[in-house]
Amino acid sequence: MGGLGSIAFATPWLLWALAALPVLWWLLRAVPPAPLRRRFPAVTLLLGLKDDESETDRTPWWLLLLRCLAVAALILGLAGPVLNPRAAVDGRGPLLVLMDASWASAQDWAARLARLEALLDEAGRAGRPVALAALSDLPAGGPAFQSAEAWRSRLAGIVPAPWEPAPEDALGWLEAGQDVRHETVWFSDGLERPGRAALHAALAARGPLTVIESGVPRLALLPPVAEAGRLLLRAQRAPGGGAQEFALVARGPDPNGVERELARAALVFGAGESAAEAALDLPLELRNRIQRFEIVGQRSAGAVSLADDALRRRKVALLAGHDAGEAGELLSPLHYLRQALAPAAELVEGPFGDLMLAAPDVLILADVAQLAPDEARRVEDWVRSGGLLLRFAGPRLAASELSRVAEDVLMPVRLRAGGRDVGGAMSWGAPRRLAPFAAGSVFAGLDIPEEVTITSQVLAQPDPALADRVEAALADGTPLVTAKTLGEGRLVLFHVTANADWSNLPLSGLFVRMLERLAVAARAAGAGEEALAGVTWTPESVLDGFGAAMEPGNLPGVPGARLAAGRPAPDLRPGIYAAGPRLVAVNVAGSETVLAAPDWPAGTALEGLALAERRDLAGPLLVLALGLLLADALATLALGGRLRGARVAVVAAGLVLAAGAAPQAVRADDARAIAATRETVLAYVRTGDPALDRISEAGLRGLSRVLRLRTSVEPAEPMGVDIETDELAFFPFLYWPVTETQRPPGEAAYERLNRYLRGGGMILFDTRDADIGRFGGGTPLGRAFRRLAAPLAIPPLEPVPPDHVLTRTFYLLQDFPGRHNAPDVWVEAAPPGAVQAEGMPFRTLNDGVTPVVIGGNDWAAAWAIDANGQPLLPVGRGFGGERQREMAFRFGVNLVMHVLTGNYKSDQVHVPALLERLGQ
Amino acid sequence: MSEPAAIAAPAALRGQAEAVAGALPPLLAAAERLAATLVLGAHGRRRPGLGDEFWQYRAAHEGDSLRAIDWRRSGRSDSTFVRQKEWQAAQSVLFWIDRAQSMSFAGAVERTAKADRARVLGLAVAILLNRGGERIGLLEDPEPPRHGAAQLMRLAEALAAADGAEYGTPPECAMPPGARAVLISDFLGPWEPVLAVLAHAADRGAKGALVQVLDPAEEAFPYRGRTLFRSMGGGVSHETLKADRLRGPYLARLAERKARLADLAARTGWQYLCHHTGEAAQPALLWLYRALEESF
Repeated sequence: MGGLGSIAFATPWLLWALAALPVLWWLLRAVPPAPLRRRFPAVTLLLGLKDDESETDRTPWWLLLLRCLAVAALILGLAGPVLNPRAAVDGRGPLLVLMDASWASAQDWAARLARLEALLDEAGRAGRPVALAALSDLPAGGPAFQSAEAWRSRLAGIVPAPWEPAPEDALGWLEAGQDVRHETVWFSDGLERPGRAALHAALAARGPLTVIESGVPRLALLPPVAEAGRLLLRAQRAPGGGAQEFALVARGPDPNGVERELARAALVFGAGESAAEAALDLPLELRNRIQRFEIVGQRSAGAVSLADDALRRRKVALLAGHDAGEAGELLSPLHYLRQALAPAAELVEGPFGDLMLAAPDVLILADVAQLAPDEARRVEDWVRSGGLLLRFAGPRLAASELSRVAEDVLMPVRLRAGGRDVGGAMSWGAPRRLAPFAAGSVFAGLDIPEEVTITSQVLAQPDPALADRVEAALADGTPLVTAKTLGEGRLVLFHVTANADWSNLPLSGLFVRMLERLAVAARAAGAGEEALAGVTWTPESVLDGFGAAMEPGNLPGVPGARLAAGRPAPDLRPGIYAAGPRLVAVNVAGSETVLAAPDWPAGTALEGLALAERRDLAGPLLVLALGLLLADALATLALGGRLRGARVAVVAAGLVLAAGAAPQAVRADDARAIAATRETVLAYVRTGDPALDRISEAGLRGLSRVLRLRTSVEPAEPMGVDIETDELAFFPFLYWPVTETQRPPGEAAYERLNRYLRGGGMILFDTRDADIGRFGGGTPLGRAFRRLAAPLAIPPLEPVPPDHVLTRTFYLLQDFPGRHNAPDVWVEAAPPGAVQAEGMPFRTLNDGVTPVVIGGNDWAAAWAIDANGQPLLPVGRGFGGERQREMAFRFGVNLVMHVLTGNYKSDQVHVPALLERLGQ
Repeated sequence: MSEPAAIAAPAALRGQAEAVAGALPPLLAAAERLAATLVLGAHGRRRPGLGDEFWQYRAAHEGDSLRAIDWRRSGRSDSTFVRQKEWQAAQSVLFWIDRAQSMSFAGAVERTAKADRARVLGLAVAILLNRGGERIGLLEDPEPPRHGAAQLMRLAEALAAADGAEYGTPPECAMPPGARAVLISDFLGPWEPVLAVLAHAADRGAKGALVQVLDPAEEAFPYRGRTLFRSMGGGVSHETLKADRLRGPYLARLAERKARLADLAARTGWQYLCHHTGEAAQPALLWLYRALEESF
């Protein structure tokens, strides 16, 4: 590639052709445009006339320029110009590409990949072997140099990891590979880490090193801190940026379980500051629902902080069996619970009804033996739907019959009568200590202070199920804490009192920690190893490098100790981990995280990520050449007087008009549908014969007017329908005058017509030829009608029988004249079994409306009125003719009534009989 | 049709006859249609003579035969009157209608060629004259002018044949003394033959009308750019680099040609009309008929 600044050419030698342009100029100048040959008899008058300008002999200079430009553009385009050609990474030999591939690179990952791809392209073109590795996820063995093509296919699999890279590990990894000199390109994520300098030195020793960094701000959102009822959120950034403001949102499920934004705050970094803080003051219900905080617009796991138990404040309802009254505060069964829970939970106390209305997360019953049946049912429902019921024993429980014979549903175990005292004044033996917590217990891993002793307890009845339900036991093996699962909730029973009467457990720190383990109290932030250790935590959901939550799939559980150590790594992915009822979040940024920009040694080649887009200019240049040649053709035509501007303008105007017409048609369609459905509308089929269509419309207008005057049917203005395109379902009645010239409708139109007929529509076919031929005769119109109607689903027909409902829907009629008065009007045939009933003047004929009425009496012409309401066409002669017109109108009224009321009129004849029967 | 070989072969003869007849009826029909727009009777001599139409009563004087006295008129007064009729005499009208190649020019697709217009115009006048009882004939036809439908057919047949010449020149034939002549051409060809024919006609006392048929394009010269103008046969050509620059000189020359024609006509007692194919033919026909009538 030869280069000229930021433009390079694929075939630079082709540019020599530009030198030929002056020759072309000369050639073109020498050859004037070809003359137009024109026959002209009056040429005799022209003979001898001289042109006054000899200059026009030559091609005009601007046309020459145009042509030369076109040729120049052609040459340049064929030379393959490229804007912003990729500067090749100089040198030969192997190339190692290292990517930090951490959460901090996720924000501009696409740009990094693009750059990487460009790099691979260059290396592939130069035939250099490439090794590619992500520091956050180093492959086994040393750098593996392969062809660039092999890496290209694997690019999609390289994703940023949600943890920190390990530059120190990379040193060993480098050593493991072959000892070759290679060039290195290092995509840095722009954050300082230990071991970076050492890796830099090691890479620099092996060959030239280029570091690529982008200027995108890197943010880390620290875990939220609850403070004085508010949530404080801090964000860190690499120091030295200008003033910036970000939005912080808290997300979680709404009451319907749909995740949405619950709160929003602004994070404002002052110029030069590296930390920003935002406070969220939220109602408890809202706060407990928060699942994650994130900085809007930051696509990085570092800008996400997951919320866990530490954030939640449980609502704990306390209910004691008896009030210590004046005996003293310290004797109150609830005193120690209050003390233990107050810092970490919302406490609710009061009458039972009020407690349940507060919808607590935990209900603590201290020495409550018996609940009213109704109350017990409510508590059970509440536990089944996820509540935690924590019971403490006491004298009342010990004395009651609760769960004595059969296990009470609200008790985890059966109790033996009485209970026991150990180490009291009246008993032998020393007070008992607690046995170490078993591995499967919720309390596993808690240290048991020496001084905790139990003097009294209620005893669990030995049961096959007992062993599974023991969470804590005394040194002699008697259960101290038992629990069972009920529905989605849990029941826990402490076999001692909640005050210091029976034991000094409530006085110890162990009591608080046990409550924490039971998720009664929120874990204090940074509770540390002890709170987490001893249990295997299973991932509930994990974050990817972009900060999106993923299903954990079959990721293994994590021991509590590893979880407590923090620092996400491949074996501890950021996410939510659960053990029993407890949830712990592992976030990318810990509370101590501080971001720093790396301090590269002097002389390091640093590059930005932004790469001017490589653009192939050949296409645009060739198009330009084509355009210039086109302009040249037009100009030449214009010069020769051969260009007719008018035609071009007409074509262009036509195109513009066609483009503008389409949307209007759609609007008109809607308006038409509304007009057709707002009121009853009679419709006629447009045949394409304007005169006939006018008659049809006038006829239906006349019929509509008569209907309005005489009946309760009040049709609007009639409409013409095009059966090919218009929707028919709006119209109860279609008048279809048959013409010879009408072309049969298309397949789709017939389908819609059949649907219309099946759906209860009626078509009145009018062959308008009853004056010259009987129905079914071979008149041209009759043949046209047969051609039109053949594909229609028309039932068997018969001439209107004298007792057809059409003869009496409004008027009593026996003939159906229009302009002509032929008796042949055909309707759907009566079913074969129709017989005349006893005492009935007519048979019960078909139950529905006949879908077609076919005749040739030219009804529309008889109905037609002009704008003044006067008949448009003469009917018959004199008074007799007017009478015939009147009968035609009556037929129309009967027909529309038949369409609109169906067999209602037919049934009406039964009314006298019914009334008569009722009267008896 | 003029070829003996063609006559010998009946099929070929029939074919040619069809071809000619194919052209004839439209031409005749067009001419008839044009002629039908004028309703004119046989023209009188405006003086007493032999004829059918009443001219005047005059007092009988000596020498009048008794048979000439109109007794009905004389009975109403004391003197005797003679009933005189208008002198009606058939005139010979000779036509020359230019059918050279230059006449086949039509400046636009929708316009008729000059030759068609000239033929229709000429034949329409011939029909009218025939209806008026005059004798008609072609100037170049050696046969004497005749009257009747057959003559009209011969005329039409002769007119249908095209002339191969580049520009038409009126034939130098002897005109009968006192005859009338109609020359229809574009008069774009050589000037001398026209001058010679009119001089000859003036010598013989023949009068008539000159109709110059021009296409509107020839009047407007709407051309631009580098153009090679060629005559219809291609025999004459002229190349220009800027056609619009030639418009002025061309129009001047055309005006001069028209002025010379008008001048020549005025000096020889002829009538001159410049007709354009872009206009309707009827006014020209009316003018032509009037012109002939005046010269009678």
